[in-house]
Amino acid sequence: MSDTKIDKETGVETTGHNWDGIEELNNPLPRWWLWTLYATIIWGVGYTIAYPAWPMLSGASAGLLGFSTRAQVAEDIATHDARNEALVADLVSADLAALAPADDLHRYAVARGASVFRAQCSQCHGSGAAGAKGYPNLLDDAWLWGGDVESIAYTINHGIRNETDPDARWSEMPAFAEILEDGEIDAVVEYVVSLSSQEYDAQLAEAGSAVFADNCAACHGDSAEGNRDLGAPALSDAIWLYGGDRETLKTTVRYARFGVMPAWGQRLSDADVNAVSVYVHSLGGGE
Amino acid sequence: MSDQSLYAAREPIFPRRVSGRFRNLKWGIMLVTLGIYYLTPWIRWDRGPSLPDQAVLVDLASRRFYFFWIEIWPHEFYFVAGLLIMAGLGLFLFTSALGRVWCGYACPQTVWTDLFILVERWIEGDRNARIRLHRADWSLRKWRLRISKWLVWLLIAVATGGAWVFYFTDAPQLMRDLLSLSAHPVAYITIAILTATTFVFGGFMREQICIYACPWPRIQAAMMDSDTITVAYRDWRGEPRGKGNVRKRDRAAAERAEREAQAAGPGQVRYSPTPYPNPRLQGAGTAKQAAERQDHGDCIDCMACVNVCPMGIDIREGQQMECITCALCIDACDDVMDRIGKPRGLIDYLALSDETAERGGAAPVPVWKHVLRPRTILYTALWSLIGFGLVYALFIRSDIELTVSPVRNPTFVVQSDGAIRNIYDVRLRNKTGEARQFHLSLTSDYILRISLEGTDDLSVSVPADTTVLQRVYVTARADDPAATAQRSDLRIWVEDLGSGDRAGRATTFNGREP
Ligand code: SF4
Ligand code: SF4
Repeated sequence: MSDTKIDKETGVETTGHNWDGIEELNNPLPRWWLWTLYATIIWGVGYTIAYPAWPMLSGASAGLLGFSTRAQVAEDIATHDARNEALVADLVSADLAALAPADDLHRYAVARGASVFRAQCSQCHGSGAAGAKGYPNLLDDAWLWGGDVESIAYTINHGIRNETDPDARWSEMPAFAEILEDGEIDAVVEYVVSLSSQEYDAQLAEAGSAVFADNCAACHGDSAEGNRDLGAPALSDAIWLYGGDRETLKTTVRYARFGVMPAWGQRLSDADVNAVSVYVHSLGGGE
Repeated sequence: MSDQSLYAAREPIFPRRVSGRFRNLKWGIMLVTLGIYYLTPWIRWDRGPSLPDQAVLVDLASRRFYFFWIEIWPHEFYFVAGLLIMAGLGLFLFTSALGRVWCGYACPQTVWTDLFILVERWIEGDRNARIRLHRADWSLRKWRLRISKWLVWLLIAVATGGAWVFYFTDAPQLMRDLLSLSAHPVAYITIAILTATTFVFGGFMREQICIYACPWPRIQAAMMDSDTITVAYRDWRGEPRGKGNVRKRDRAAAERAEREAQAAGPGQVRYSPTPYPNPRLQGAGTAKQAAERQDHGDCIDCMACVNVCPMGIDIREGQQMECITCALCIDACDDVMDRIGKPRGLIDYLALSDETAERGGAAPVPVWKHVLRPRTILYTALWSLIGFGLVYALFIRSDIELTVSPVRNPTFVVQSDGAIRNIYDVRLRNKTGEARQFHLSLTSDYILRISLEGTDDLSVSVPADTTVLQRVYVTARADDPAATAQRSDLRIWVEDLGSGDRAGRATTFNGREP
């Protein structure tokens, strides 16, 4: 580098940089450019004084203008809350079953319910509400406790088999390991398997049907159609909360299941409970 | 590095008034472009009760672009992309054929600078008066002239920034809001920024923007070749310059003769200063004058071309990056040539490839012969192709549309009777001015049943100019092949029973088999 010389054509000094014989002229920059540079530096310094910028021991400098994105968000939220106040009041007192899908209130409830669901319910029921083993799928048409919007709201309010709410939905299947012989359990499981369209041992199922009638029909119904008042699942449909294969069914019969859902009425506002009820009802399984 | 300064102050430029065909063309273009810019937002167009009656409207809030009868929705952004590509190709085409015509005639920087210079000349006088004023000490008169000039500039600048915001909302309403100081702060901020840039760029920075801030002068160098039409000085006709500076001329002539004697082989055509016969020249003037005309070129070194140049350059020094091919120097020199009785065109639009022929005394090649080249024809073809494509797309697009997004969380739902159900989010667009009732249906090779969330029938009402998101369920019975297949095809249709308009989208159905 650095063999400065004067370009013959233009009389301008070159920078001395040489790329394959092409040299760069060292023309002066315009002075306004320099002033613009100074102005941007001053602007930059002023900006970091006016707004939060400099890292301190705990957090950043606050800035003279007192600007904070967190405060802005809080303000935005407050604005939206104020704007939705009337809708929220309506939602608390609404007759949920009477909401038509085209209503503004219904639309608001679904949107609000969707965000409540994502925050509170998706951990167990999945973000798409498809559930998992032991956690009901909320998109299908099978309901343990009823699928109309009011039943759903009740379930959400009080939860299932939790000790905190005396009104919680409560069903308890006995652990039949202490009541039935192993053979009887095998038979009744074979009978249950026969109800769904799987291959089964007809003789064993026949024996199981008697065991079923004596021990299970009281809750699950004579033809295993289930009983929503008791929260007893239908055993004749295609949906299994814990699985419909023989091993899973044997485990269920032997030890019983005890799924728990919190009483959301204690944690969420009435508007939120109503909103998430409408949302769940709208997912496709609602009755 | 040395005594050379690292930063240079701007050399003030005082372009002189000029008149002529290119100047008139430029006035015309300025009138049309500024007219379009300022007036377009005020053109009214009936859009029904819910929308502003504005012919050209960029509705950022609801993401719609209205252009007379054309309405562009966000999913049709390819129209905008197509127009941008056409603008790029158009710039290539014009640059390869005619050099920097865009810069010289249509670029906003040029148009507004021209307007600002016009104001300057109107208030402070022409070149000499302005130079005197520039050098004069600050007096009451100088303050008065400067302040009135800046005030008029400011007015233009405010109008410029002001016109911009009208494109984005109902113009008359915004005008009322602006005047009653109740418009949205964004409107005021936008106007303020555009006012400041117009004022500074058009009034003070002018050619500095073209030389230092704009990337196009660098790019266009790559777009041009020796067939490109550009503004140039016919030095073979103009040199050595006249003006009675005999010693200087003689020295130049001697040097030139020597150079040419070295360069030219035997039989080479000699340089001829006035290649075109000009009847007005025949027998004009005294014998002495005639003789003089023989030993110097047509340029009388009057500096008219330099004085009118808004970029402050001397085109006689050859092609320069700064030249925006605005042709004002052509007008100025043609005027001089008329007055001294020489043919026009000492400075002219010409292609550099013609230099040798013209030096030999040949007549100039017509401009169109340079413009029509494979390269420009190719650009034109590409440009038209995209243009026709866009127009075609504009005509075939339907007033009703739908997009189908299959819900894949979960991919399918088992119903209690074993049926398999898929969920789709269907967005229905109604681009007509009135509410429509859309009917949904599906076609497939399987027995699939369609149903809609929240309604028992299969119709959805979509208000005018809106979209509605509808959840659609498609169910396959447990024993249907679609329920057990991994994936099967189907098509969801939407039909407006009133008009019979119909649109469909293909999608897939997920069965139980993974
Ligand atoms: S030399 Fe100056 S006046 Fe002539 S075309 Fe170029 S910019 Fe315009
Ligand atoms: S205007 Fe024409 S004659 Fe005058 S100096 Fe320029 S080129 Fe020469």
